Amino acid sequence: MDLLEYQGKQVFARHGVPVPSGRHAQTVDEAASAADDIGYPCVIKAQVQIGGRGKAGGIKVANDHDEARDHAGAILGMDIRGLTVHELWVEAASEIASEYYASVVFDRSAKAPLVMLSTKGGMDIEEVADTDPDAIARLHVDPLLGFQEFHGRRLAFEAGVDADVVRPVGAMLARLYDVFVTEEATLVEVNPLIVTPERDVKALDAKVTLDDNSLFRHPDNAELRDPSAEDPQERMAKERGLTFVKLDGNIGILGNGAGLVMSTLDVVALAGGSPANFLDAGGGSKADAITSAVEVILSNPSVKAVLFNIFGGITRGDEVARGLIEAFKKINPTVPFVVRLDGTNDVEGRQLLAEANLPNVFTESTMDGAAQKVVELAAASA
Amino acid sequence: MSILVDTNTRLCVSGITGREGTFHSLRNRDYGTQVVGGVTPGKGGQDVEGIPVFNTFHEAVARTDANTAMIFVPPRFAADSILEAEDAGVSLIIAITEGIPAHDELRAYSVIKKNGRARLIGPNCPGILSPGKANVGIIPAAFFKQGNVGVVSRSGTLTYQIGNVLAQSGFGNSTIVGIGGDPVPGSDFIDIIGMLQDDPETELIVMCGEIGGDNEERAADFIADNVTKPVVAYIAGFTAPPGKTMGHAGAIVSGTRGTAKAKAEALESKGVRVGRTPTEVAEIAVSLLGAAA
Repeated sequence: MDLLEYQGKQVFARHGVPVPSGRHAQTVDEAASAADDIGYPCVIKAQVQIGGRGKAGGIKVANDHDEARDHAGAILGMDIRGLTVHELWVEAASEIASEYYASVVFDRSAKAPLVMLSTKGGMDIEEVADTDPDAIARLHVDPLLGFQEFHGRRLAFEAGVDADVVRPVGAMLARLYDVFVTEEATLVEVNPLIVTPERDVKALDAKVTLDDNSLFRHPDNAELRDPSAEDPQERMAKERGLTFVKLDGNIGILGNGAGLVMSTLDVVALAGGSPANFLDAGGGSKADAITSAVEVILSNPSVKAVLFNIFGGITRGDEVARGLIEAFKKINPTVPFVVRLDGTNDVEGRQLLAEANLPNVFTESTMDGAAQKVVELAAASA
Repeated sequence: MSILVDTNTRLCVSGITGREGTFHSLRNRDYGTQVVGGVTPGKGGQDVEGIPVFNTFHEAVARTDANTAMIFVPPRFAADSILEAEDAGVSLIIAITEGIPAHDELRAYSVIKKNGRARLIGPNCPGILSPGKANVGIIPAAFFKQGNVGVVSRSGTLTYQIGNVLAQSGFGNSTIVGIGGDPVPGSDFIDIIGMLQDDPETELIVMCGEIGGDNEERAADFIADNVTKPVVAYIAGFTAPPGKTMGHAGAIVSGTRGTAKAKAEALESKGVRVGRTPTEVAEIAVSLLGAAA
């Protein structure tokens, strides 16, 4: 789960990471009143989970009450790369002497947390990594040992931060590592981390990704999830316990097992089709789960045909067939279905489908044949 | 021969008294696996259809000489159970559980690596099957027979799909290893491919990768330097959009990293044949092995 900047900063503040003071606002009045309280100049910042907010005009400095109103009005409702701005963060403007970059990430390759520090802050760090890799100091931390003071010193000296801020930057890294571990994050990133003319070190931005699997231990963080920001179809699938990702094609896909479903999307694309979704019905799906999944797939009006690709292990072919038959009774779909059933109880499943004689349901014996067929059907009804 | 599990496997199941744990323990036993015990805290002294249940792994190991553990407990208890099995001296730990918190997984992995006395397979994996010898996990064994193709995969059902096409062509498997779909797998492609290279029964290796991480890219380098047997690969997720987790926690393209295309190219550049579909993988394997026995 990705946090918005202001949510990340509130988490930072709980762990003693210095951040500028600020307030959350959802209307122009709230923003102007927050700005009056914080004092001028202040910064009005769009809260959306996407980079490039500044370039898009989503971050503006206000020097007085009227400007705060104008900026808040302009930014609220603004579209930034496909996302609409519903929330603002108003914070005290900071004077900047230096801009650094700091992060703690879950390094899958090394299977250890990786702490990074660079004096090239305020720009795209992937670009820095490509053009000037030596400008980023990196250090893996043994998770059983944790972040030690020497780690902070070493990173600060290797990155070449100003000598007078080696200690506070090291302390900042230790607190960011504390956020990473305590909140069970997979990413904690500060870009820029600033040094003010008074030589204070502060996090001017906050990017925090939390591990969804650990949210049961962090009920406060779990509440930060914003269902209104989710796609309605994805939300519907989640409420029904289905693993679902919306895509932009017109062929609905249902399969069992993440790898097989991903592969099904690829095979459909190779056959010239365009999948409308990824849907993993999971292992051991019973008939009602299948019915429920069909409802989710068909809630997308773009869907012109549906492909079931099942290789039963724990999942039984007869249960899948019963679920589809039930879905036809319940919602009477108008688009064609192609069903490929293999594995556990596949013969029983195919027999059930044959007996039910559902309109517009075609069975295929191979994955490739089923993909071909569904692509033809989608093209014919598009 | 085969790798990791065989007729010497003595399996102890953590979570054996749960619904899924019971079901699969019995299925594994029916297949011929020696299921010597189970662990459920507070249920020591009971039995599951004749399989004794213990309160702790330490007691289970002392009483049964278990050398393999299968972890079937819910995610919030799973890392603790892995660590308990490791502490009790079990040398092979197979974690089926999906959804373990990432930091728990990292801690368990780090302890196992530091102590160096156990191998972890998974988590979030379907287990290991050595056809005709032992099945530990949830792989539907009926679709596979003994043979000379070793398989290592991040995905369960995709493995069944490819295995089935191979079986229809007359081929069987030495061992099938599911390494799982999580970001921090206990064992990587490299670990398992190395074992299959050393296994006399295995004549060809099939690896099934997917988007996310760089496990496949590192496997490509390893194969070039260390593997003399033919390797055929499949990568799932060519059409997966960036930034979306495709079911498996580990299956995500981050920015431009972890794409299927980059993985396929890395493997092909080291001489590994990559099939575009599961069917094509099986066809390449069949052509490399010659006519079916």
